Amino acid sequence: MIMTGAEIVIRCLQEEKVEYVFGYPGGSVLHIYDELFKQDKVKHILVRHEQAAVHAADGLARSTQKVGVALVTSGPGATNAVTGIATAYMDSIPLVVITGQVPSAYIGQDAFQECDTVGITRPCVKHNFLVRDVKDIASTMKKAFHIASTGRPGPVVVDIPKDITAAKCEFDYPQTIQMRSYNPVVKGHLGQIKKAVELLLKAKRPMIYTGGGVILSDAADQLTRLTRRLGFPICNTLMGLGAYPASDAQFLGMPGMHGTVEANMAMQHSDVLLAIGARFDDRVIGNPDHFGSQPRKIIHIDIDPSSISKRVKVDVPIVGSVPDVLEEMLKLLDAEKSAPDAAALADWWKEIEGWRAKQCMKYKHKKNVIMPQYVIEKLHEVTGGNAIVTSDVGQHQMWAAQYYKFEQPRRWLNSGGLGTMGVGLPYAMGAAFAHPDKQIACVTGEASIQMCIQELSTAKQFRLPIKIICLNNRYLGMVRQWQEMFYGSRYSESYMDSLPDFVKLAEAYGHIGIRVEKPEDVEAALHKAFVEHKDECVFLDFLTDQKANVFPMVAAGKGLSDMILAEDL
Amino acid sequence: MRHIISILLENEAGALSRVAGLFSARAYNIESLTVAPTEDASLSRMTIVTSGSEEVLEQITKQLNKLVDVIKVVDLSEAAHIERELMLIKVRATGKDREEMKRMAEIFRGRIIDVTDSTYVVELTGTGAKLDAFIQAIDAGLILETVRTGVSGIGRGDRILKV
Ligand SMILES: Cc1ncc(C[n+]2csc(CCOP(=O)(O)OP(=O)(O)O)c2C)c(N)n1
Repeated sequence: MIMTGAEIVIRCLQEEKVEYVFGYPGGSVLHIYDELFKQDKVKHILVRHEQAAVHAADGLARSTQKVGVALVTSGPGATNAVTGIATAYMDSIPLVVITGQVPSAYIGQDAFQECDTVGITRPCVKHNFLVRDVKDIASTMKKAFHIASTGRPGPVVVDIPKDITAAKCEFDYPQTIQMRSYNPVVKGHLGQIKKAVELLLKAKRPMIYTGGGVILSDAADQLTRLTRRLGFPICNTLMGLGAYPASDAQFLGMPGMHGTVEANMAMQHSDVLLAIGARFDDRVIGNPDHFGSQPRKIIHIDIDPSSISKRVKVDVPIVGSVPDVLEEMLKLLDAEKSAPDAAALADWWKEIEGWRAKQCMKYKHKKNVIMPQYVIEKLHEVTGGNAIVTSDVGQHQMWAAQYYKFEQPRRWLNSGGLGTMGVGLPYAMGAAFAHPDKQIACVTGEASIQMCIQELSTAKQFRLPIKIICLNNRYLGMVRQWQEMFYGSRYSESYMDSLPDFVKLAEAYGHIGIRVEKPEDVEAALHKAFVEHKDECVFLDFLTDQKANVFPMVAAGKGLSDMILAEDL
Repeated sequence: MRHIISILLENEAGALSRVAGLFSARAYNIESLTVAPTEDASLSRMTIVTSGSEEVLEQITKQLNKLVDVIKVVDLSEAAHIERELMLIKVRATGKDREEMKRMAEIFRGRIIDVTDSTYVVELTGTGAKLDAFIQAIDAGLILETVRTGVSGIGRGDRILKV
């Protein structure tokens, strides 16, 4: 059938079974918006800022295994989307972002609302396209979804000039696509997997360390089976929380800058480290030289060869899809006669229990002041540990990661790589669309929430029952913590002055606002929000301890075992 | 160490900037970069001369392979290969320098391809080191202009880079 480019764009989205598109209209995408209007299969969610459109699509993708889709206009629409795209890129989130472009003939002439979108986004996308012919729209869209969702996932931008959306051609959606230049490896090398299993069985002080890759590839089940089977200790990074049930005895928590003593010490002192879908980030292993100074064998499973031996030299690299490789490992273990060295393992666990006994997550309660950690613990209780929790960036993010014990994957959405303040609310929106049946909590700070506060309006329009858990310390808390610890308590520009009255603000947007000032009111307020106002958006403004700090802490550039504990101060 | 990397990539608009952008974004060195379509017009062949430790080179190769437009990457310097670069050099050629310059060009197997009463343009092909040697050998004060293409490279014998 002959169709316009705009119609083809929408038909492609339908073919890809896209349910929600988050977007914002403008001149260059008017043809596409007109086609959206004429159908009802693809639902468009009008956000209040393009950054939030991309974050919301990203939140939907993180909470499902689907590709998130955003649609924005040229020029400022595209530049506003860049933070969202870069955020998704750093965490390998599959997105297709469609950007309008000025008509082909105007490109390069500084036309109204023109910008070089392909050029601007090139360093922060997995790939991008400028469509130059209406005949290329269908195959380009197919490629975009294919590239975004296969291999190491990531955002793909499709930039379409306005005249191309008006031009006509025959529509034919390719069911499959072959690209000679893009063929991600799936199957891990069997010889390498065998070597890895041998090494694991010989280990005296083994440790499993997993990251976002396990979540993205939906390998939590295989990981849990393998870990239980081996009886080894395991930690999940900030991006990997939920891959292994936090309540399990083999779980040591999160490693890294704000990781637990037991996770960091076990990482540092292990003799065989099995890294899965993780990338030895500076926030996880601290100083790489210090980390490397300890002799240990490293096995690294990752779909992206460039993640392997990038920051830390690896002994047994395995390139492949995580669930496939883990299944192979389980099969080999079944066939294998020998078992892990039980005596050595028992000694190792004894050592680990010694670190655990430090109870590094303990914090002191204060009379009449709400401790932020306490709010998260209560949040866990009230939601039965079953909510989808999003966060912004700062101390509250770390507390949410440390104290909300995630039992399942895709329940914890945060910007780990780019560390983008402002993602919390839009992530919650994306998750709310994908999971209308689940409780959604956005843990945020009074500073972060203001970076996308306008989305309270979107939440109203679509009646999203998001619960905003604002840990309001009247500071850029994480900045203040660094200033206290490393800059002689000179609090340069880290106090949030002239804060709005968040209760009134929530009400102005048509939501419910509740201020909580006393520890004894925390639980009741959460209950009110999640039970009484189950179907509404509630803004809970918790006035928390202003000087609470996140511990343990490994200062930037320091070794992983060099932790500052709450009790040291 | 110096490495010569050969890349076969889609001849698409923007493919060059993806490669160049990767090198600048990740702070890799580029000594020279040359690119042109191959006998198959849908493909481009690029040669990059870079330097770095073994670890950096491994990352460069992996990162290049990760680019969606890149089809194949080889480090030519890992085995027998040939490298060639073309230089056009304009020199002052008056009085006794005229004869001297002509002799130098001959020694280096260069050709004089443009002549005026005061200048020559010498065309010279060879490894980067040979072109450097020519520049060293002649009187620096006589050089008016140099243009170099950057290195192109190809594997010897059966080493073939093809789709
Ligand atoms: C967009 C952006 N700008 C700046 C920063 C740097 N930064 C990291 S944490 C932080 C403070 C966040 O304050 P708040 O949201 O109140 O959270 P808190 O740390 O107090 O829990 C800042 C400014 C950032 N991560 N993102």
